[in-house]
Amino acid sequence: MLINKRLILAHFWLAFAVFGLALLLGAWQMFLRSPLNAWHFNPEFYYRSVTAHGSAMGYVFPTLIGMGFGYAITEASLEKPLIGRRWAWAGFFLVAVGAIVAMIPVSLGLASVLYTFYPPMVGNPFYYIGVVMVVVGSWIWVALMSINLAIWKRENPDKPVPLAMFANVAGSYLWGWTAVGAALEIIFQILPVALGLTATIDAGLARVFFSWTLHAIVYFWLIPTYIAYYTIFPRAIGGRLYSDAMARISFILFVVVAMPIGVHHLFTDPQVGPGFKFMHSVFTGLVALPTLLTVFTICASAEIASRLRGGSGAFGWVRALPWQNPIMLATALSLVMLGFGGAGGLINMSYQLDASIHNTQWITGHFHLIFGGAIVIMYFAIAYDLWPHLTGRALESFGMMRTQLWLWFVGMIVTTFPWHYVGVLGMPRRMAFYDYANPAISPQAFSVSMSAFGGLILLISGMLFLTVLIRGQMAASSESGAYKFAVPLHMPARIPVALNSFGLWLALMVGLTVVNYGYPIAQLMVLKETNVPAVYIGASR
Amino acid sequence: MSDQSPFSFRNPWVSASVGITAGIAVLAAFAGLVWLPLAQPDLKLSGIWDAICSAAGVPRVSSQGNAIQPDFKTSNVVMTSEMLTKPNQVSIGRGATLAQRCAICHGPQGVSDANSPNLAGQFAAVTYKELNDFKTGARVNVVMSPFAANLSNQDMLDIAAYYSYLPRVPSNNLDPKLAAPQIVTTGAPMRNIAPCGACHGDVDNKAGSPWLGGQSAVYIKAQLHAFATGTRRNDISQQMRNIARQMTAQEIDQVARYYEAQP
Repeated sequence: MLINKRLILAHFWLAFAVFGLALLLGAWQMFLRSPLNAWHFNPEFYYRSVTAHGSAMGYVFPTLIGMGFGYAITEASLEKPLIGRRWAWAGFFLVAVGAIVAMIPVSLGLASVLYTFYPPMVGNPFYYIGVVMVVVGSWIWVALMSINLAIWKRENPDKPVPLAMFANVAGSYLWGWTAVGAALEIIFQILPVALGLTATIDAGLARVFFSWTLHAIVYFWLIPTYIAYYTIFPRAIGGRLYSDAMARISFILFVVVAMPIGVHHLFTDPQVGPGFKFMHSVFTGLVALPTLLTVFTICASAEIASRLRGGSGAFGWVRALPWQNPIMLATALSLVMLGFGGAGGLINMSYQLDASIHNTQWITGHFHLIFGGAIVIMYFAIAYDLWPHLTGRALESFGMMRTQLWLWFVGMIVTTFPWHYVGVLGMPRRMAFYDYANPAISPQAFSVSMSAFGGLILLISGMLFLTVLIRGQMAASSESGAYKFAVPLHMPARIPVALNSFGLWLALMVGLTVVNYGYPIAQLMVLKETNVPAVYIGASR
Repeated sequence: MSDQSPFSFRNPWVSASVGITAGIAVLAAFAGLVWLPLAQPDLKLSGIWDAICSAAGVPRVSSQGNAIQPDFKTSNVVMTSEMLTKPNQVSIGRGATLAQRCAICHGPQGVSDANSPNLAGQFAAVTYKELNDFKTGARVNVVMSPFAANLSNQDMLDIAAYYSYLPRVPSNNLDPKLAAPQIVTTGAPMRNIAPCGACHGDVDNKAGSPWLGGQSAVYIKAQLHAFATGTRRNDISQQMRNIARQMTAQEIDQVARYYEAQP
């Protein structure tokens, strides 16, 4: 039962509008830095665009999806109206206004610091203030998720928390805690410099704080995708979820180990000792576990659905799956991209292997494949699945949906595989210009052109996606019934309290943070000689 | 619902999850902080505690004995982007008086045709650094070194403040329509040359980089040659020496003519 449909739709629409604009910028950037474009532009525009694309795609788009989907899950799974509707709207407007406040200095060229801030570069304070507003808006959502769950549990002391809500709250807690790192960085390191209160910044400490956020933010983006795997996919293909407990354990593992592993982004930074880098590397390896559990559970759920439809044989059941169904297609394509992206990720997290690809285009390829590919394609699936229930109008362009999903998959592969390849050849990331006439770089020209072409395919797919939603918004009304989540194969009557609550896992999460981050942060805070002069971006000429 | 508390170690979920997590953390810490550092003979560690400190990143004092001292004077000015950006009127007034002795070469209004630098409107931090480097010997010039030798720190601050206060005057060779050479707008990435404009004002201005618009082409060329041959060595972190060495004679000509023609 979805009651606050306008609230949820507002989140989704704003998210997809931001996504469309940022996608356009992304495709333009791909073209600009490729050999298809002659070098006759001001690189400043490229960095502005990268900052805008990254900030919109990283902070605004997935956060709004997480929030909107979270509100939908709350109402549909707990079967009662959302508590705190006004607060939810307040959070939405904070995110919306924050996004505008951040984007104004970026578009004026006053904050071309790229979305990961890169201190000691410091831009206009309003950029950071806007980002903080987005985060604070999302924290309202975190609090609402927790409050709604707590009240429901008090009203239903003997019922297990529905899986979708359990996973949703797990994601919100993960985000609540992981956003603290970037908030600390902005409030205590960057803003004092941006506002002119000091002229030096501890760039090393700021980067350590950001790494606290930087890795787990991807898992926050990932949680809606995983929720869709577990609670939408089996139902959409007419099957059942293989294991409810396995799903809960996966989400719990994300809560515990997704966050205290971020230093693997700093493997080549000097300010963290190699011993701590190794520890973070070990825990990063652990985070592959919930993904492996998920792939297993989802494939098993697909097999159940297929055999219910008459599929047979060791692998023959794959053919009997309902491939015409967009959710089926999206999930399968998502898992393929997750597989490739995950394999690349294992290289990134290895302390030694990382050295060969650190700061190269490999990394850009990697996170686009995981986030833009595996995660975002499931955002499309979520929208396709929820839309009829939110608008009260059926989505009927199934052919267009399938084309769109295929284009997204093909586009993402064509974009990111050459990116990985040129990264291995040593092409650095975050650069506006490459001299393809140089004999050492010219072999990369073909691959870079290819990925620019992939960007174009992605843009077409994105436009198709928006077309499907707009057409759905204008279709004739039709009753789509109550929104339901997938049912497990064996509905558990009793669930261990550990799999139904978060106290233990939050304690482990904070404990591991202290173990893995405590010393590196404390040391940098104590050392006074680690401050460096800030490099102002967009300073007066 | 199970009635076991989520915080009691009698609950097998609690003991197992806390035990496994702590076990992995202890093993990872042992491997990362003790075993791996000790397995590397190059680190020359004196024991387990030394290994832990080294792997945890505790800063160590490196021995100063082997540091190679340069055989020339280096600049002792620390540049920051905020340096001398807030002029004070008293300082400008004092600077105006002191600057009378500079006028014969640099012009009474900070502009002259003597192929010496035009100082009107130059960033105060830049003028201050050069004066200071002449005084300490980090930069040497037969005319300027004796002038700077007797200046106090306050004198140099005042002169710098005065010249930055004067308005920039376009040179006689002003030609704003002259297209910027490629080395100014995009540099030459493959020769490790950043765009001139990235520091000297066309694209961005970086601390310590002088404003070059309207400077004498003769002077710019002479300085680039001095950087390339190493006779001038007071640039921060060898930035200009590394660039000038990589520039072609044609590029040096182009930038000199281009900047002279700029306002």
